[in-house]
Amino acid sequence: MTSTTTKSAYWMGVRDGAPFILVAAPFAVLFGVIATEAGLNLFEVMSFSFVVIAGAAQFTALELMQKEAPTLIVLISALAVNLRVAMYSAAITPYLGTAPLWQRVLMSYMLVDQSYALAHAKFEDAPNMSVPQRTAYYFGTCTLVMGAWFICSFLGAALGTQLPPRIPIDFALPIAFLSMIAPMIRSLPHLVAAITAIVVSLICINVPYSLGLIIAGFAGMSAGSQTEVWIKRKQEAAP
Amino acid sequence: MIDKSSLWFIIFALGIGSFMLRFSFLGLVGDRPLPAWALRYLRYTAVAIIPALIAPMVALSNEANTGPEPVRLIAAIVTFSVGAWTRNVIVAICTGAITLGLGLYLFG
Repeated sequence: MTSTTTKSAYWMGVRDGAPFILVAAPFAVLFGVIATEAGLNLFEVMSFSFVVIAGAAQFTALELMQKEAPTLIVLISALAVNLRVAMYSAAITPYLGTAPLWQRVLMSYMLVDQSYALAHAKFEDAPNMSVPQRTAYYFGTCTLVMGAWFICSFLGAALGTQLPPRIPIDFALPIAFLSMIAPMIRSLPHLVAAITAIVVSLICINVPYSLGLIIAGFAGMSAGSQTEVWIKRKQEAAP
Repeated sequence: MIDKSSLWFIIFALGIGSFMLRFSFLGLVGDRPLPAWALRYLRYTAVAIIPALIAPMVALSNEANTGPEPVRLIAAIVTFSVGAWTRNVIVAICTGAITLGLGLYLFG
């Protein structure tokens, strides 16, 4: 790995990132369409995608704004959905933490599920990569995914107003979110977290200001985290 | 309808907030590890918040918003099951969209 130049590390990242266009593109198109249907103009849609770059958070904010939830609730909920990127940030810091500040700022801006997953796996596999090579690889993985994200947000926004009214766009968001979340449920604590959140959110359906979402989210997180602790304790008790 | 005056505030506040989350460790905290309880909570944020957001949309999907609409409910269950089974986001979203489209075409 030491013979790998910075340039070839970048292109390796581009190649490894290519398949993830297929994941980013549909969500970007969908965001463009739903946001346009909700009354945002092209400039607003593109600014949203450009400033935030976080599909799930953008969808959440859009949904709550349409329900006229208070601004604070919109922000808390959307950021909560995006909290996992802080975990990604923690995970890549041992590999990239010594890169120059301006590079770390750019890396942070582009830190999404795909760039994290690819880069972290690569850095674990190839421990001899230098920091500039890792940085180049990281930006390589971002290149196509970011490009797809912006172009497809634009396409979705352009398409949005021309969709035939028969298309059930109201239900596109639940379908998109369910397909995103189902593969993330990898263990019993994940399942417990999800089920608890669903039950509590249905109980809290009439709580004003969309506060039910925060209550349910917190209940789900606590339930998942507690289940994890119990399982660990049980395993330790019976080795 | 979306209030345009708060829209720009939300876009920029979310942008700054998301950036701070991403920059937190890489830029500010360095290599210091997070406390175990914080990591534990972080692990379950997405799998808690997203289902909590969708559950009412599915449960109140009929026209009067009083209960589930059968085709939408079935499409939701199909999407989730396929996603959990294949672990493939694209396969799940396509199967769900086809189920929804076909169901509404046949029974809608």
